[in-house]
Amino acid sequence: MTTIDATPPSTNQKAAVNPRRRVYRPNTKYIPILATLALLIVMYVSGIANYRNFDQPSVVVNLFRDNAVLLVVTVGMTFVILTGGIDLSVGAVISLTTTLTATLLQGGWPPLLVLPLVLLLGALLGAGMGAVIHYFKVEPFIATLAGLFLARGLALFINQESIPIRDKLWTTLSDMRIPLGEHTRTTPTAVVALSAVLIAAAVLAWTRFGRNVYAIGGSADSALLMGLPVARTRIAVYTVSGFCAALGGVLYTINSTSGHALQGSGTELDAIASCVIGGVLLTGGAGYVFGSLLGVLVYGMIGTIINFQGDLNSAWTRIVVGILLFGFILLQRLVTRRAR
Amino acid sequence: MGEPTTKPVLEMTGIRKVFPGVVALDGVDFRLFPGEVHALMGENGAGKSTLIKVLTGVYDIDGGDILLGGDEVHIAGPLAAQKAGISTVYQEVNLCTNLTVAENIFIGREPRTFGKIRWGVIRKRAAELLERLDLNIDVSAPLSTYSLAIQQMVAIARAVDISARVVILDEPTSSLDASEVEQLFRVMRRLKADGVAILFVSHFLDQIYEISDRLTVLRNGQLIGEYRTAELPQVQLVEKMIGKELATLEGLEDKALRSRTKSAAAEPILQAKGVGRTGAIAPFDLTIHRGEVVGLAGLLGSGRTELARLLFGADKADTGELSIDGKPVTLRDPQVAMRRGIAFSSENRRTEGIIGDLSVRENIILALQAARGWTRPIPRRKQDEIVEKYIKALQIRPADPERPVRNLSGGNQQKVLLARWLITEPRLLIIDEPTRGIDVGAKAEIQKLVAELSDGGMAVLFVSAELEEVLRLSHKIAVLRDRRLIEELDNGAGVDAERIMQTIASGQTASGATS
Repeated sequence: MTTIDATPPSTNQKAAVNPRRRVYRPNTKYIPILATLALLIVMYVSGIANYRNFDQPSVVVNLFRDNAVLLVVTVGMTFVILTGGIDLSVGAVISLTTTLTATLLQGGWPPLLVLPLVLLLGALLGAGMGAVIHYFKVEPFIATLAGLFLARGLALFINQESIPIRDKLWTTLSDMRIPLGEHTRTTPTAVVALSAVLIAAAVLAWTRFGRNVYAIGGSADSALLMGLPVARTRIAVYTVSGFCAALGGVLYTINSTSGHALQGSGTELDAIASCVIGGVLLTGGAGYVFGSLLGVLVYGMIGTIINFQGDLNSAWTRIVVGILLFGFILLQRLVTRRAR
Repeated sequence: MGEPTTKPVLEMTGIRKVFPGVVALDGVDFRLFPGEVHALMGENGAGKSTLIKVLTGVYDIDGGDILLGGDEVHIAGPLAAQKAGISTVYQEVNLCTNLTVAENIFIGREPRTFGKIRWGVIRKRAAELLERLDLNIDVSAPLSTYSLAIQQMVAIARAVDISARVVILDEPTSSLDASEVEQLFRVMRRLKADGVAILFVSHFLDQIYEISDRLTVLRNGQLIGEYRTAELPQVQLVEKMIGKELATLEGLEDKALRSRTKSAAAEPILQAKGVGRTGAIAPFDLTIHRGEVVGLAGLLGSGRTELARLLFGADKADTGELSIDGKPVTLRDPQVAMRRGIAFSSENRRTEGIIGDLSVRENIILALQAARGWTRPIPRRKQDEIVEKYIKALQIRPADPERPVRNLSGGNQQKVLLARWLITEPRLLIIDEPTRGIDVGAKAEIQKLVAELSDGGMAVLFVSAELEEVLRLSHKIAVLRDRRLIEELDNGAGVDAERIMQTIASGQTASGATS
């Protein structure tokens, strides 16, 4: 956190004296992400110092395996938050996806049909909410809250019990391990999650769609007056988020070879928290997918440390996340105030 | 520029636009020729903004034809307008300050290979483009790191690069200082030479006469006429705009002069000794007496607003002593100041003052209600009484207390804001840029009001970028430069705009002004 104090106030003063001179602010936009990275490193190093075997590469690799679902969902959430919106429905979309996938597979549907079908459903749900948000000027909070109830209700309607999956493709993927070194292996789900991060980062940095996302987050009115396709973009980010949530649901069914309508509750909040810890500004327009990735890893790292400690209550994850959230929101406040 | 021999690039005939309850444009004709700067003139609410929004596709018209390059067009939205070759730079810079300069110029039309944006090309072309406008800045820095003036130029660079046919500049100069305006005009002349048609809107008459070839005057949504600028004297232009004689303006002149002489003997209301705030304004001394108008003069960014905010407690001073009525006070927040009878009417009426969705009545009542506390609501009948009185006194138009404020023109919004503070009967009224971006008629009315208030014993701290205005109204003028109060002048013989400009330009610290 010392990085913040190190931002020299003297540069601001200089700016005040001559408003036409360019204000030199070193990497303001990277401060939150660097703070998260520093935090992650501190946690990792203290883990190594305190626990045996914490220095095994598998500790880091398993972070991706254990948090694959959250990571994918957070990627989608990042798009939404970058436009200044929020998507509360992702957890419910996960549960709908897992229930539907498990039910259809149990009913003997071909897996290669089920997979695109559930992903499409997630995307369509997202698109629907996006359209409502844009065309009826409904607050994203409310529209996606409605989506949350709808998706969760549908999932419970389909089946309230846990549904086992015995499909060949699913069990194969579930058991599959990809070797990364002598003692390190990972799962296909982790690979999918990491790919999602990389694809999202590329889309946000190098495509018109990605840049429009940032522009809308900066100022939707300006974006409209600059002739940017605001409607299309806004609907698209919720579609991306819905798709990512559905993909997260699929990853869950692969990890657990089952589906459950109560799966995924609260994931939306974990995803939002990860974004914030990763330095994505809740008001939109600033942040990076890699930041969100770091946010998820912080989440995972807290869990790992609790596991290694052994005698700690898992409630500590929430407590620490709560404290971190406060810290990072304050940090963002400081940074944006400087930037004014 | 003589009567253009070429065909107009843009021709609008019989344009009609109706809003619920208001005819905003009533059969307006407008022509724009290539290679001219054409000023669109009119008071606030005359229909200028509406005409521009019609032209940029924000509003759909209810009647009339638009011909662009001889072909009839229907402008369906901002994107369609851009594609048709009409680009606009609005009063408030409409760019995304979180993106880089280069990106702001090219967003939406980035050069790509296989869908991947070519950032290198964008940066290079942006730098070239800005260089042509004599602007040497780092194009890969976020736009938010630059001043409003530069942001404006970036907006123009974008507009010009998108279309070389019609560029609309809506109040581009309202927040620029003199040298920046010069720079803008250079850019405009260059564009003109390239055959671009420029539609220019400004409230500064001098600027209109300096840069425009022809002008079109609107009043109350109707076309008054199209003139060649050189053939229309300023006085006649103003009369055409406001539709009445200039008596109001001149009456004010006498009054202000008459009242300038008093005040020295009056007791001080507010005294600041060495008050300052790091990064905002250097420590200063300032005394404001009863019935005195103190003007703050200085360039954009010289610390005018910052000084005013300290005296209202909107920002907290970190050095110095402030006393009101001889008793020392700490202005922790505006509430304290308000209780002591200080009122502050902010510079950004849109973002910091006016609440657009509330009605005129609710906006006016707001500060008084806050001063009373929310537990003691003002009876509705009393509210109506007060509001009606001030709508009449300040000539707020339309005189409908229940109309949402966002439907009012800028000048009328400003009056609502003033009314809000006036009903609290402050002893010191701080007004920051009350006349920015409002028309001549409303400007004169507000100036007149300030003079009357001061005659009635109210102390006024008047902040304005327009020196003439400060000179006309103030008893005493505090000159600021580079966030420092450099001189305090008693207004009178020998004090004129030139004298103040010299002070600002030389930047010499007069004795005792600062620590």
